[in-house]
Amino acid sequence: MNFDFTEEQTMIKDSVSRFVRDEYDFDTRRKIVESDEGISREFWSMFAELGWLSVPFAEEYGGFGGTVDDIAAVMEELGKGIVVEPYASTVVVFGGLLAASDNAALKAEVIPGIIDGSCMGSLASTEAQSRYEMSDVATTATAADGGFNINGEKTVVANGGTADKFIVTARHSGEQFDRAGISLFLIDASAPGVEVKSYKMMDGQSAATVTFKDVMVPAGQLLNTAGEGMDLIDQVMPQILMGLSAEALGIMATLNTATVEYSKVRQQFDTPISSFQVLQHRMVDTFMACEQTKSMLYRGLCQAGEDDSAALLKTVHALKATVARYGKLIGEEAIQIHGGIGMTDELNIGHYVKRLMMINVSFGDGDYHQKKFNQLSYSA
Amino acid sequence: MDIKFSAEDLAFRDEVRDFFTQEYDSSITAKLSSAAGTDYKEGIVAWQKKLHAKGWVAPGWPKEYGGTDWSATQKFIFETERGLAGIPDVVPFGLKMVAPVIYTFGNEEQKARFLPRILESDDWWCQGYSEPGAGSDLAALNTTADYAGDNYIVNGRKIWTTFAQYADWIFCLVRTSKGMRKQQGISFLLIDMNTPGITVKPIVTIDGKHSLNEVLFEDVAVPTENLIGEQDKGWTYAKALLAHERTGMAEVADSTRMLDSLKQRASVEVNGGKAMIDDPIFQMRLSDIEMELMALEYTELRVFASMAAGGMPGPESSLLKIKGTEISQAIHELQLQLASFYGGALPENLNADELGHDFAFEARGKYMYGRAATIYGGSNEVQRNVIAKAVLGL
Repeated sequence: MNFDFTEEQTMIKDSVSRFVRDEYDFDTRRKIVESDEGISREFWSMFAELGWLSVPFAEEYGGFGGTVDDIAAVMEELGKGIVVEPYASTVVVFGGLLAASDNAALKAEVIPGIIDGSCMGSLASTEAQSRYEMSDVATTATAADGGFNINGEKTVVANGGTADKFIVTARHSGEQFDRAGISLFLIDASAPGVEVKSYKMMDGQSAATVTFKDVMVPAGQLLNTAGEGMDLIDQVMPQILMGLSAEALGIMATLNTATVEYSKVRQQFDTPISSFQVLQHRMVDTFMACEQTKSMLYRGLCQAGEDDSAALLKTVHALKATVARYGKLIGEEAIQIHGGIGMTDELNIGHYVKRLMMINVSFGDGDYHQKKFNQLSYSA
Repeated sequence: MDIKFSAEDLAFRDEVRDFFTQEYDSSITAKLSSAAGTDYKEGIVAWQKKLHAKGWVAPGWPKEYGGTDWSATQKFIFETERGLAGIPDVVPFGLKMVAPVIYTFGNEEQKARFLPRILESDDWWCQGYSEPGAGSDLAALNTTADYAGDNYIVNGRKIWTTFAQYADWIFCLVRTSKGMRKQQGISFLLIDMNTPGITVKPIVTIDGKHSLNEVLFEDVAVPTENLIGEQDKGWTYAKALLAHERTGMAEVADSTRMLDSLKQRASVEVNGGKAMIDDPIFQMRLSDIEMELMALEYTELRVFASMAAGGMPGPESSLLKIKGTEISQAIHELQLQLASFYGGALPENLNADELGHDFAFEARGKYMYGRAATIYGGSNEVQRNVIAKAVLGL
């Protein structure tokens, strides 16, 4: 039994931790968020040089050959600095799907660019009506000239404005809600017929509406067998959910520490407010919430290393539901215990809370995942 | 990151499973199910004697006094298998509470006199800590023991004393000196329950049963040789014991088994012809508990892994106690919700077959008595104080 990160994992975790501590203070982040592009290309190049962008990719493509443990280690530390550069959307989601793809030619073409920092990517799957159901896809792919003709609109595509390439879910057979008949296409942001409209999100990151109008895509751009795109998404989803949950864990721990420290220095009624038992017990509850979330993440990481995908799936649904519940508790308590100052845009607390809120609604909120958990656990 | 056990540990697990399957027979189960009747004492003593015959009754003790010399992993496996099998823990007062104090702080005569009889389950011990005016604030106790030559003369009242009605011995915290900090001047005394001047009065709890008592001391003469360690140092010994008591209070395996049986029951119980387990709201209540328990299982494993690596159980054991008891209470609550109004019926003039819901009596009893879990062993509020101070530095 072992709950420690390996030496290699500890090295990369420490390297992200040092970056957040030394280079990514809250003022630096604020300036990046307020810049035109909303991210720092300079830092992105640094991430490439430090090897962080290579984590999930096989060594044959120049990757680090990492596991979900490595991804979690990086994401937890990025969470502590609420880093806005699109690591999750490019490396964990877009990169994770590519890494799991069986299209060797496509992988050889695209992955080296991710690793060297020249290619950012994003999964374009959500539509105006789809909410959390990945298989609710109205975007169409019709066979044409040995390839496919893509038409449709994707909304709130994470970091869509800075993405060079998209992985797009499009339906080429079946009805709107069918699981089968959805294909995954790699499409250039600059391809004819692709239009990207970017906007800011509450967590300092950006998203975009991406429209596809008669976009011609050769069959070689398919990530896996046509019509079986959902299989690939299902395969990668535990890793995506654990990565985002690790980011949330880093945020939750940071909020708890900040709140405890603040309570020790804030004086009211001639005494630090940390001396009040009602606040102490609430901070103990947020401490326990963070520990329980960490345990659930570790449960997932341990099970990912075993060959029991049914157990893992139950755990990742439970994990995302736990992140939702305890993230809300910790965020709201952090604001409450900080009092008036916690309400200000100037203080970092609210910004950590807003990132937690966006993680909650990414790839299914707490209720969505608890319902999935219930179906797996209690249905005959 | 992994939770793999070694081949030796897996072989040990099989040995434990086999032993439990073969030795924990239905006659013991039948006796124990009449909790707090005289059968209960017979049943649990019979089981503890079987454990002792195997050499497994005191895994926590050092080898030289009759312990097992198991690794931390083996102890963990043993506890987990016990909980999953639905076998009750040994009665803790002798084996897990007073014995560690005796072998750590007692003298050679005391070790030789008391430890073998505890191992054999020949003496039944109870705990004389709480008093009417000293609950969570235990150090406020004022049962007095006045030094009088060969004896201490003990006067006072102890309360909430579990199974005092069976007890041969009671270990007590008593005040031997006054006029200093209230934690000072307390001594740790072993008292024979047959000594003149001791009266045991039953306290019936809200589950309608009798396991708690009040124990009155009127000029009870206790030989000074029954003092543990030094006079006025008892608080130190008791504190060491309390930390001991808190570990292993997560009871994950027990809760896992209770939750499984709750799920099975929910697939039988119906409302409007539909099984309760198919009701979406009931499912949400179930998974609220199940998810928390899944996390707690790994919190316990994390604490255990750090202990196995040589660390000491620290304040995080308070977390295990708080979450473990909250979860077991939540399971009891849902069980009683499932029992509905059938659970209100009392068993005196009715048997479970007539009622048509054979789990309903038990659901009521467990819910009512289960309220105690967040009160005893250091109330959950006190545990939160411990974390606030020791972990968060508040």
